[in-house]
Amino acid sequence: MLEVRNLSKSFGGLKAVSDASLDVPEGGIVGLLGPNGAGKTTCFTMIAGFTRPNEGTVRFMGQDVTGLPPHRICALGMIRTFQIVQPFAGLTVQENIAVGAYLHHHDRTEAMAVARQVGKRLGMGAMLDRPASSLTIAGRKRLELARALATGAKLLLLDEVMAGLIPSEVSEIVGIIRQIRDEGHTFLMIEHVMQAVMSLAETAYVLNHGKMIAHGTPKELVQDPAVVEAYLGHGAAARLQEGHHA
Amino acid sequence: MKPQSMGQAVLIGLALIYLASLYFMSSPVWMGFTINALIVAVVALAWNITGGFGGMASFGHAAMYGTGAYASAILQVQYGINPWIAFGAGIVAGAAMGAFIGALAFRYGLKGSYFALVTLAFAEVLRICASSFAITGGGSGLQLRLEPGLSTLQFNDRSVVYTILLVIVALVMALTAWLKYSRFGAYLIAVRENEDAARALGIDTYRIKVKAMAISGAFAGLAGVLYLQVWLFIDSAVVYGSAISIEALIGPIIGGAGTVWGPLIGTLGLHLLGEGAKHLLHNAPGLNFVLYAVVLICALRFLPQGLMGLAARIGTFRKKEDDNA
Ligand SMILES: Nc1ncnc2c1ncn2[C@@H]1O[C@H](COP(=O)(O)OP(=O)(O)OP(=O)(O)O)[C@@H](O)[C@H]1O
Ligand SMILES: [Mg+2]
Repeated sequence: MLEVRNLSKSFGGLKAVSDASLDVPEGGIVGLLGPNGAGKTTCFTMIAGFTRPNEGTVRFMGQDVTGLPPHRICALGMIRTFQIVQPFAGLTVQENIAVGAYLHHHDRTEAMAVARQVGKRLGMGAMLDRPASSLTIAGRKRLELARALATGAKLLLLDEVMAGLIPSEVSEIVGIIRQIRDEGHTFLMIEHVMQAVMSLAETAYVLNHGKMIAHGTPKELVQDPAVVEAYLGHGAAARLQEGHHA
Repeated sequence: MKPQSMGQAVLIGLALIYLASLYFMSSPVWMGFTINALIVAVVALAWNITGGFGGMASFGHAAMYGTGAYASAILQVQYGINPWIAFGAGIVAGAAMGAFIGALAFRYGLKGSYFALVTLAFAEVLRICASSFAITGGGSGLQLRLEPGLSTLQFNDRSVVYTILLVIVALVMALTAWLKYSRFGAYLIAVRENEDAARALGIDTYRIKVKAMAISGAFAGLAGVLYLQVWLFIDSAVVYGSAISIEALIGPIIGGAGTVWGPLIGTLGLHLLGEGAKHLLHNAPGLNFVLYAVVLICALRFLPQGLMGLAARIGTFRKKEDDNA
């Protein structure tokens, strides 16, 4: 469904992403992991059209979308959420979701009805009339997801929707994402919360210093020495191995 | 458009009572004064589209106001075009000027004070141009031939003029309300609240902003044409001067930017205040602007959502279960 090939991006002298490739199959949940500053969000901004890559191509459903503006990409059915949640503070929760729904429902009553329905599906039924600015962080993360879903997008790029949530909230969101996937959506998600990645993602990619260093099932990845080193520092894998054998 | 609280209902009621009372006062002075205020209210409603809903505060709505007035005046005076056609042309010219300024400013991603300065610069350049060329009447401006009648859109009877203006203000407000609760309105508010999130959700933010400038320009152009048809005379300082740009933004900010009633209520309130002060302090020139500045500073400090925002908190009506606010 999504084919990313050899994506590169530099900011001044810093190579934020270099030569990164990944694939997301339709109906899948694919993880994108990596330590802080690895270039994960930068990958998303390029895939979703917010910044133009220096090199590489992005194909979505067989079509080359490299360099298209975000609204065109969204209309094709691919949408990103933001790591730092971005609610429309002056609007209610339902109106926020409706902004997404307006993409394919031009009439207000229809868009508001879709918004209500999406909101209820994500367990936000009781908050629909509240101003978005009054939501807790968990509520805002959920709103970010609801708005994206309301656009009718098929592929959702989620940037750390579980960061900052307590474990019970995490398992709620995990259940919701699984349910949405079963309804026919596809996910590419950046995530630090390992519990979530392990239980959701079928496969995952690991970025470090802008390069893809590993790809596999979450189980394979946690045993991959390169991945362990990226997270825990040089020599960590060897030390862990020794620890196991001792 | 419906009030959401007791406070708003009272505020709107007061405005309506004042406007209705003019029919019984038979005071030409108050009538003339309120006619002016209503023309300014139309510019304020124009500013409200971009500045209130879209969060793009312009400091140069005179650019569109003056263009509407001049376009209509040039067509009538220099080319003898039918006033009704000239009236429409003035609105179109205002819209075109708005779209042009918007297209240019937003192409370069201008926001906040940069956008405000660019609009101001446009208005000033247009003012200087209008005072230099022969077609705009140069320094002496343009004067319509006095020819009252429906076909020339000139009316001797002040209460007829007043009634027409009331109808036009009501129409512009109805359009505003309709826009606010349309897809376009939701998109415009989304752009104001968070442009990146809006882009992610499939909104072509450039297009929305230019469209908002065009609509706002059409309203401002309409106000310019109204001024021309009421007073039959324009010159560059009157229609391209920064006074009208300032009035266009103060009214909505005092009354409540991004609301339907705010611009009218703010403009009426301010004009009444300015007029009162003028009588009390014996016509000190420029005093109304000093007063406006003080009121503006107080409003920005104490009334972030203007009078309508303040009134909304007084006796809020209980909301229905279903949505439709
Ligand atoms: N607009 C920008 N201008 C300059 N440098 C940037 C910009 N965006 C990102 N960077 C840099 O690029 C690198 C990768 O950043 P990115 O946000 O993609 O990392 P990340 O993997 O999402 O990290 P995190 O887990 O902290 O969110 C960082 O060093 C960051 O400082
Ligand atoms: Mg990030």
